Amino acid sequence: MSAALAIEALSHRYGERLALDQVSLTVEAGQCCILLGPNGAGKSTLFGLLSRLLAVKSGRITVFGQPLQAAALSRVGVVFQQSTLDLDLTVEQNLSYFGALHGMHGKALAQRIGEELERLDLAARRRDRVRDLNGGHRRRVEIARALLHRPALLLLDEPTVGLDLPSRQFLIGHLHRLVRNEGLALLWATHLIDEIDAQHDHVALLHRGRLLASGAVAPLLAEAGCADLAGWFDLRTGAVS
Amino acid sequence: MKTKWIVLWAIIVRELRRFLQQRSRFFGALVRPLIWLMVFAAGFRAALGIAITPPYETYITYDVYIVPGLVGMVQLFNGMQNSLSMVYDREMGSMRVLLTSPQPLPFLLFARLFAGMCVSLLQVYAFLLIARLSGVDLPWNGFLSVLPALVLTGLMLGAAGMVVSSQVRQIENFAGVMNFVVFPVFFLSSALYPLWKMQEGSEWVYQLCRFNPFTDAVEMIRFALYGQWDSAAASHTVIATAVCLTLALLGYRPRQRA
Repeated sequence: MSAALAIEALSHRYGERLALDQVSLTVEAGQCCILLGPNGAGKSTLFGLLSRLLAVKSGRITVFGQPLQAAALSRVGVVFQQSTLDLDLTVEQNLSYFGALHGMHGKALAQRIGEELERLDLAARRRDRVRDLNGGHRRRVEIARALLHRPALLLLDEPTVGLDLPSRQFLIGHLHRLVRNEGLALLWATHLIDEIDAQHDHVALLHRGRLLASGAVAPLLAEAGCADLAGWFDLRTGAVS
Repeated sequence: MKTKWIVLWAIIVRELRRFLQQRSRFFGALVRPLIWLMVFAAGFRAALGIAITPPYETYITYDVYIVPGLVGMVQLFNGMQNSLSMVYDREMGSMRVLLTSPQPLPFLLFARLFAGMCVSLLQVYAFLLIARLSGVDLPWNGFLSVLPALVLTGLMLGAAGMVVSSQVRQIENFAGVMNFVVFPVFFLSSALYPLWKMQEGSEWVYQLCRFNPFTDAVEMIRFALYGQWDSAAASHTVIATAVCLTLALLGYRPRQRA
């Protein structure tokens, strides 16, 4: 069976500057892969390439064995670091618009919106304008939206930035449950090490455009002789986690 | 194919919702041409007579002459407003939602363009209705016959706006771009004065006006308002729309659009 996401020898340049250098990474169905890296590591460039906002010029990306073309995005959900909600529209209108972009409509769409809002504890805010929601609730709406078309692969670019602790914990718990219970493949970019479930998650460490390490947490720590992820991160990148 | 209709409809509904929620934008779109009509045209009405030239079959007053130009102005400003909205969407991130949907980029851009054109129709018809009710002599059946010309003009000016938005990287730069684009396009056309009047004044200004696609759009609207079809102007407008759409597509290629 093909990997949910396979990245092979992916490189990207902005003019003379090499932002990604021969990155190869695989994420399987039912796996949560945490993409760690300090600021400027190339995480956002990688997400730009994965979501087709940037053109792949060197290397290859496949989603469930298919080349990453427009049609393949129907199996992918994306949550960007920057909010992409329309503030003047209601929660429901934002979700309806997104669902329609994926060909959903009518009662089926309304039902899916209800289900996702229910799961994210947002059912009561369905008809509120997004402008009137707090940051944590807006993030939940973005995640509900990204899951609306039942993607098999979810890409998250630092989804918890700027959130308070309860909101972060809610989202982390929800996303890990989706991976465990529904077999969702997750690529989650963050620089917050406490978001990692060291028992179950895989980790990929990106630094200065290069993938320094990837795999399950325990073998990586053992190989480097580190007691915890923070120490391992500092050792490998020279950064303060 | 059904999916394409769903997507197109969703994009139109979104743009209409946004437009109707931004009431100041709606009133702004109406007040601008109405001021021109009520103040500028009223002042010139006594001073400037328009000779009998097609599509007019008799002498007309200046306020009648200026209406097609003001309709073009409404659509021109809407095209630029739509362009500003795309820059805003790109800065705020919501453009990404559109561009990461599993639809081909040319279709998405066309759908967005079509939705912007639909918004411009609302503005134009509101303006025409107010103009007619305030005494400007416009044929009621022209409201229907002008529709194809409005669709074509809306698409051309929307596509031109898309070209601008693909090149403007920051919203702060937009006011300058507006001044450089909107005012020359509007004033160097037959919107305010007939081309023969321009030629009497200055040959080179006349030539600039002649080759301005906005002139063709205004003349197409002028004829269509009286149930006539200016094929030459329409074909020039179609060509200008195709050129602008191609440039917009190039501008929104993936390597540039993040």
